[in-house]
Amino acid sequence: MLAKRIIPCLDVKNGRNVRGVKFSADQDAGDPIDLARRYDEEGADELVFYDITASAEKRDIVASLVRRVSEQVFIPFTVGGGVRTFDDIRTIIEEGAEKASINSAAVRNPDIINEGARSFGSQAIVGSMDAIRRDSSETDSVDLWWEVVVDGGRTPTGKNAVAWADELVDRGVGELVLNSIDADGTKDGYDIELTRTVADRVNVPIVASGGCGGPEHMYDVLESGHASAALAASIFHYEQYSIPEVKTYLAERGVVVRPLLDLGL
Amino acid sequence: MIAIVDYGMGNLRSVQKGFARVGYQADITSDPKKMSGCDGIVLPGVGAFGDAMDNLREAGLIDPIVKAISNGIPFLGICLGLQLLFSESEELGVHRGLDLLPGRVRRFPEGERVPQIGWNQIHIQRETPLLSGVPDGAFFYCVHSFYVDPARKGDVIATTDYGIDYVSIAGEGHIFGVQFHPEKSQDAGLKILSNFGEIAG
Repeated sequence: MLAKRIIPCLDVKNGRNVRGVKFSADQDAGDPIDLARRYDEEGADELVFYDITASAEKRDIVASLVRRVSEQVFIPFTVGGGVRTFDDIRTIIEEGAEKASINSAAVRNPDIINEGARSFGSQAIVGSMDAIRRDSSETDSVDLWWEVVVDGGRTPTGKNAVAWADELVDRGVGELVLNSIDADGTKDGYDIELTRTVADRVNVPIVASGGCGGPEHMYDVLESGHASAALAASIFHYEQYSIPEVKTYLAERGVVVRPLLDLGL
Repeated sequence: MIAIVDYGMGNLRSVQKGFARVGYQADITSDPKKMSGCDGIVLPGVGAFGDAMDNLREAGLIDPIVKAISNGIPFLGICLGLQLLFSESEELGVHRGLDLLPGRVRRFPEGERVPQIGWNQIHIQRETPLLSGVPDGAFFYCVHSFYVDPARKGDVIATTDYGIDYVSIAGEGHIFGVQFHPEKSQDAGLKILSNFGEIAG
């Protein structure tokens, strides 16, 4: 059976962690390689590096990070955050990441998805979207819908998240990350309705993101939300839960997860 | 030395780093002459079957690889590299493969999400040194939309359940192919690379 995936997300800037236990948000929280190795050893199924470097050297910094990770971590990993051009994608893939995650750039220049998928395969191109809940109190429509926003949630696009998911799949993404801006940071749980609506609509795997406060939220989004994977940042960085704790919780409730296999390699 | 064949079908560095981790030197090469002199050939690859065969042909690699294998050099196909071992594929039209193992490459039927992406487990069908120390039911990282359908039952080494039971490891003698990515499958995958390194000697 295909296992449901648990994916820790590491926020990095200038090649360093920006969040972690014992550190406030803007302090240096160590080398992301150390954290990546820890998550790998604990049984993470995949890693996401979200890079918020804003300097002109961003591409070199990302390349160096990816190279170092791929020398030491033998699970798949994705790099996202400010992936804007075809050359950004090329750097990420050629240095050894499995996937490049594209968010705002896909809204501004959707052809980047086609170009990336054509050159590196759909499996290498993740479509990531930030979505905000809209309901009848804000529009004339009686139906609940979700609007795609960009620039970290600041800029509305007018795009319907479900239609945008369709388009991203048509253009060639192999996977979709759905990040709920409403849920993000709340620790009240993922947006189950958003996740399920898109998951039931498209045929590629859905990674749920935003709002995870504990393993019960992962259970909900993997079962009721029909997600293939659950992504979380804070609960792991701040050591509220470990990956084995989360996987044990899920396995006890009948979710297929990959047990850690230590062959001493 | 293990030769990782570079024919323009995806990033090979992860495979090289995987071998390095378990103590085997592997060189990335597109030189046809290297195929006969190496201890083992690894053919990774992601992308379309037809493109892959075209690239191998244009690089003059098909005959040297087939000849090296017939001379007894161990071979490991990874992902698309497994599929290329077979007679033909139905990906984007019908394309001839290396035809070292009889059978066909087919697309997953309707019903499950395609591509399959994630960790799935193997059910071992017969013993092989490639799986020495790898437990039945171990999980490996898979990314694919097509699977191999061997014509000979004896070529099936392991199967995996994804809506259908498909063949996730195939081989005969010193020819092996795995549908998943051992270089991205943590200890279970590194063990397979290590076993292949040992087979290659």
